Amino acid sequence: MTLAALLFLGPLLAAAGFLLGRRTARQGRTSDVGTPVEHATFETLHTASLAAPPLRAGLSSEAARKSARGLRSLLGTDALCLTDRDTILTWDGAGEQHHSAHVMDQVRALIDTGRDTAFALSCDDLDCPLRWAVAVPLTVDHRVLGTLVAYAPRESAVLARAAGEVGRWVSVQLELAELDRSRTRLIEAEIKALRAQISPHFIFNSLAAIASFVRTDPERARELLLEFADFTRYSFRRHGDFTTLADELHSIDQYLALVRARFGDRLSVTLQVAPEVLPVALPFLCLQPLVENAVKHGIEGAVTAGRITISALDVGNEAEVVIEDDGAGMDPEELRRILRGDGDPSGGIGLLNVDERLRQVYGDAYGLVIETGIGVGMKVTARIPKYRAGVHS
Amino acid sequence: MSQTYAVVAVTAVVLATVLVGGFGLRISRTTSDFYVASRTVGPGLNAAAISGEYLSAASFLGIAGLVLVQGPDMLWYPVGYTAGYLVLLLFVAAPLRRSGAYTLPDFAEGRLESRAVRRLVSVFVVGAGWLYLVPQLQGAGLTLKILTGAPGWLGPVLVAAVVVLAVAAGGMRSITFVQAFQYWLKLTALLIPVFFLVLAWRGDGAPRPVYDEPAALRHQQTVRFADTLTLRLTDPLPARADGTVDGRRHDGEALTLPPGEHRVEAGTRLALAEATRVPGSAARTEHPLYATYGLIVATFLGTMGLPHVVVRFYTSPGGREARRATVVVLALIGAFYLLPPVYGALGRLYAPELALTGDADAAVLLLPERLVGGPGGDLLGALVAGGAFAAFLSTASGLTMAVAGVLTQDVLPSRGVRHFRLATPLAICVPLIGALLVSGVPVADAVGMAFAVSASSFCPLLVLGIWWRGLTPPGAAAGLLLGGGSALLAVAATVLGAAPPGLLHALLAWPAVWSVPVGFLAMIGVSLATPGRIPAGTNAAMTRFHLPEALARGGGARR
Repeated sequence: MTLAALLFLGPLLAAAGFLLGRRTARQGRTSDVGTPVEHATFETLHTASLAAPPLRAGLSSEAARKSARGLRSLLGTDALCLTDRDTILTWDGAGEQHHSAHVMDQVRALIDTGRDTAFALSCDDLDCPLRWAVAVPLTVDHRVLGTLVAYAPRESAVLARAAGEVGRWVSVQLELAELDRSRTRLIEAEIKALRAQISPHFIFNSLAAIASFVRTDPERARELLLEFADFTRYSFRRHGDFTTLADELHSIDQYLALVRARFGDRLSVTLQVAPEVLPVALPFLCLQPLVENAVKHGIEGAVTAGRITISALDVGNEAEVVIEDDGAGMDPEELRRILRGDGDPSGGIGLLNVDERLRQVYGDAYGLVIETGIGVGMKVTARIPKYRAGVHS
Repeated sequence: MSQTYAVVAVTAVVLATVLVGGFGLRISRTTSDFYVASRTVGPGLNAAAISGEYLSAASFLGIAGLVLVQGPDMLWYPVGYTAGYLVLLLFVAAPLRRSGAYTLPDFAEGRLESRAVRRLVSVFVVGAGWLYLVPQLQGAGLTLKILTGAPGWLGPVLVAAVVVLAVAAGGMRSITFVQAFQYWLKLTALLIPVFFLVLAWRGDGAPRPVYDEPAALRHQQTVRFADTLTLRLTDPLPARADGTVDGRRHDGEALTLPPGEHRVEAGTRLALAEATRVPGSAARTEHPLYATYGLIVATFLGTMGLPHVVVRFYTSPGGREARRATVVVLALIGAFYLLPPVYGALGRLYAPELALTGDADAAVLLLPERLVGGPGGDLLGALVAGGAFAAFLSTASGLTMAVAGVLTQDVLPSRGVRHFRLATPLAICVPLIGALLVSGVPVADAVGMAFAVSASSFCPLLVLGIWWRGLTPPGAAAGLLLGGGSALLAVAATVLGAAPPGLLHALLAWPAVWSVPVGFLAMIGVSLATPGRIPAGTNAAMTRFHLPEALARGGGARR
């Protein structure tokens, strides 16, 4: 029985130890050995670093609520208020009921001019600790997004200075948030751009190949035209940023049918798909460019027959998609340049784009893994988590 | 019993599992004649896979053992195990699939937009998974011991090793096929012998098993006690003892053990004469009615939260297919559960002495040899043994994969596939140690505890998460901690033997009756108290859960 007790207590103790370890490790960062001054500096930096992450989401009431306490302890005031241009976002500390009604009137001028203001407060409640306030603007690109108001019992030059500094620090965080947003918009635009980027050459070549069958094999020509119609409908669809692996593979299947109409026996393709991963959701058109790339490197310009293997495996929480060709391959250095974004744009804009989108959606751990060398073909591996919040087909 | 047959059967099952799992029946074609999208896992195949993974040692061995010892009251177990899928079908299957979640932590994060709740759910998934794994491994130990006389630790270690090897070899690439295959194997392994057993029974004059008085031995039997244990007798037991009973050495002389507790040392043999009435062990609990309700609540509501069941729904292409698969599962496991009670009833007639040593779970394995005998009996016994090992392997590998997945994603730092393979040994090591250290809890009871934990934590989360807009992250956390946490503590207290006998013991051994309402009330109450924390995406999530996929995608053209 003691062994049994150990068995059940063991995991509990381990969990407790883990939590305790994390807690102390976190504290260790702030209460390091050092002089009191250094100690205070660490404390301040730590408080600031805690207040920063919520602000990176932009100036919303949720972000304001989460960061207000940190900002107030940074300034050491009795009360602190964050507003946007029209309303109070949050009030942290004492005196909300006496003063919050007047805040928007008091900062009106500040919002228009963008200059720090300080004002004395009158209050009917004799015990109210708030007698003086300083308001500073929160600006992004010289535009006032909101204000930060710090309250104190008496006039204080130190607080005015500190509030100004904190206001500028918060503004920087908000600018970073703005930067995040524009980066997201840029990537969305890139996805849209890629969508329109079904290569015109591919369309000409496919139509020409189909035309060559119209007289000799009308039935085949009709089938190919239907494949072509289906393929373009999928590629040009407008709704949703995500699709399922089944739909993406189906589209690749059609693409390959059209490519084979052109190359005939010179291209052989093997698909290995674990049926378990077919429902996985993934960014729209993120595998098709890889296959296109494999076709380009695998057979275009080559004399001998090319071989492409596409496999999708079920690996626990992830699907692993591997696209392999036995074509000309590529110099790893050149590939590295392309993936950095400063290579020859004709070489592999598709690879770069897919890599960036996968990283954007799933995080840096999920970039493409490419194995290649000159003359030994290329193997591209993409790992796709089966679930990620916000990714729905 | 001829050990050779049984060893061959077990080896064949183990090899088939590893080979099919590792190298597999993967789809591998050239594109010309191949439409990928139509190759998704159909409801029938998926249902067989779900059933294969679900029918565990508790179903294969445990139910028959309980019926042998306790009688037909225990039929609530198969009823509960099956009815859980009815609740799952009605309230959870389709919305859970449409949520796109692969694991329960995924669901929690997607619905509640909270990393903290996600982590909490992960802890419970790992806890429930481990609780469920322990009896699987113990069942393997028991089976090997009965079949070959191997020491009790060999079975658990063997199953754990096979699971780790299979996962390491290729991540169980075609796991759906393996699991579906295991279902049909298990069904066959019980179905074919049952024909012969029933024929033999009729040839014997079709005696009826009696449950209201101690079962009588039909032939002389010798009971060997492999481990030292305490016999609790309600009636006197005449026997010839060869070994040490109550600290006294006996050498084959006749004695009558009076009612009460007796300590029997390991290696002792008791020879029981024909027509000896084998006293049943005392009633399982002083509150059988309460225990039955506890069982019903736990199994009806606990099935939806079992980690290895949830994971399988992801394989269905959509909500409608998930629902269809659940209907087929009901049919498949309903058919399977007709068989174990037959073994239990026959065991009561032909192997009642198993109840004495606490090895009643072995009834299924011993009956073919007892009733049919000869090479035919050996072959049937080998078939049953193979089926039993299929039960341990499929459930253990499914659970291990599910637990390892959660460990990789939410506990260990992220490094991808290599870590998934590293997490597998960890996922099975803890329950392996548990199986080796803790013993004496009947397989079906231990599984019931895992169900109770699942019912009190995941059931409120899933049902409220799917059907109630007002659920908030603090509410979910409170419900998980109070409902699931209290169930976990109660179960731990029971396993450790900390609970005094009486009403308190019943309450702790069957916590679901009170812990499920506690979980629901805590979730609802705290959610109502924190209306400001309702996640912003609640309406979008609800739309996705409840509308057919084509509509929810904005009515776009879809093949």
